[in-house]
Amino acid sequence: MTTTGDVQAPSSGRATPGGPRPRRRRSTGIGRVSTPVALLWLAPAIALIVGVVLFPAVMLFRASRSEYSITGLYLGSAGWENYSKVLSYPDLPVVLKNTLVWVVAVVAFTIVISLALAQLLVKDFPGRRFVRWAVIVPWAASLVITSQLFVLLYDYNYGLVNHVLLGLHVIDTPISFLGDDRFTMASMVVVGVFVSLPFTTFVFIAGLNAIPTDVMEAAEVDGASPWQRWRRITLPLLRPAMLIATVLNTIYVFNSFPIIYTLNDRNPGFGHDTLITFMYKLAFKSQEKDVGMSAATGVINVLIILVVVLVYLKVVNWREETR
Amino acid sequence: MTRTRRPRLVAFGAAVVAVVFLAPYLVMVLDSLRTSTDVKTTPPSFLPRVWQWDTYATVLGDGRFPHWLFTSLVISLGATAVVILVAIPAAFMTARHHFPGRRLFLLVVLITQMFAPTSLVVGLYRQFFELNMINTYGALIITNAAFNLAFAIWILHGFFSSIPLEVEEAAALDGVGRFGMLRRIMLPLTLPGLVTATIFTFIAAWNEYVVALTLMIDDDKKPLTVGFRSYVTGYEQNWDQLFAASVIAVVPVVILFALIEKHLVGGLTAGSVK
Repeated sequence: MTTTGDVQAPSSGRATPGGPRPRRRRSTGIGRVSTPVALLWLAPAIALIVGVVLFPAVMLFRASRSEYSITGLYLGSAGWENYSKVLSYPDLPVVLKNTLVWVVAVVAFTIVISLALAQLLVKDFPGRRFVRWAVIVPWAASLVITSQLFVLLYDYNYGLVNHVLLGLHVIDTPISFLGDDRFTMASMVVVGVFVSLPFTTFVFIAGLNAIPTDVMEAAEVDGASPWQRWRRITLPLLRPAMLIATVLNTIYVFNSFPIIYTLNDRNPGFGHDTLITFMYKLAFKSQEKDVGMSAATGVINVLIILVVVLVYLKVVNWREETR
Repeated sequence: MTRTRRPRLVAFGAAVVAVVFLAPYLVMVLDSLRTSTDVKTTPPSFLPRVWQWDTYATVLGDGRFPHWLFTSLVISLGATAVVILVAIPAAFMTARHHFPGRRLFLLVVLITQMFAPTSLVVGLYRQFFELNMINTYGALIITNAAFNLAFAIWILHGFFSSIPLEVEEAAALDGVGRFGMLRRIMLPLTLPGLVTATIFTFIAAWNEYVVALTLMIDDDKKPLTVGFRSYVTGYEQNWDQLFAASVIAVVPVVILFALIEKHLVGGLTAGSVK
């Protein structure tokens, strides 16, 4: 192994992105290229992003600074007024609290459970393929339909969840999972975790599969216990997969619309809404029916996600990770 | 591959996992075989009171169904192909080369994911209206591709970075150029990442709803997710047909997954640097 330039790697043995080998290797130089050459390889991706996303994003921002009538007609510029109206909206604190609970709960449970699931699904056992197919189903099914399915399952009168719990004598009277304030958010989080598990689990499976078997065998030969092997080898080498799964899952959960919109459909007001359903209701379902305020909420939502992701990348030391 | 010392325990745990993941969808299958009113009857029963086997024939016999299926397939396969072709060079370049703006590029890609499609749909409509691309497969293919690019680039970036430099150095000594390096050496080693990206993009495009609802106005050009809406409306509630159609819609995804799942097993780099 030669060492050419660019040596920043402390020998902490942390993983490189995606995986399998300790940091030592990174001290050799990765090829340095000029910006024009690099741009050539990035051009298709940049063209796609600029071509599709840029214009609608600019439109969103412009709408957030415009005034609209209740029927959606453009009335003129509004400056930052939509933002101040949203920020002083009486229900905003509740919506922000819901968003926080929703995102933290769904992401945390999803990551922990998927780690265990992935660990199980990389083992060799009869019927493994079938179990992997089963795990992909909540992902493969349309989220809108799954949400409607859970509305039926949770129902007070004809829902199977109550039926089963009553039959097992866990409860004496049915629970109004989606109507009772004590249960609504928890019931939605269960569905959120359920549909998020396949994605993170398969990211972890791919990550686990990229860990070279010789590293594990060496540790075994050296007498490391299973827990030590997991803590000292698997987990550090899984860091990049963890990073991708956590960051993207956080973004998707922030922007998750169908579950909350469908399961919370019958409750009035904004008591269980997150920013994204709040945004939609502002434009189409509230008294205001204000497209400008809705667009301002959309921009605020993006800014919050951006801050959260940047803080997360900072905490996990992403800059080190991509050297 | 991890060997296990307690195969029975593992198999039992896995069976429990499979049951938990399938249970809600088993209910969906059973609901598709009930009469529509039986779906909402108190008290509920696990099995349909009347088995209504012809729901699936009704849905498949609906003249619109083949069109919807075709649209879904074209959009999902098209978007997946675009994403993979666009993500590979970008991920390879950012993972194996140094240049100014490398991290910025990865961040900008990530930022595109932060815009909820719901909030951009008005602008997307305007954009494709100006381009005369309303009701075209192309509009939905590139939209789905653009919105799902981030995951593919990030996961492939991770996999490319993890390939030991010795592999690249050996190939360089043998006189392999940058493109040959990518195609012959790197891509085979990142197969698990490619498979994950493929599954991810296909599923995301397959289930995309809001943009398709807005851009596809012709009934014949709607994808399955949008077409299904006509089964449960304010006027008629055919829950049985909605659920039957949803069950059918899961099948192509599981088939795709079954075809490429075996490549999720990587471990190819094991022994390649001895």
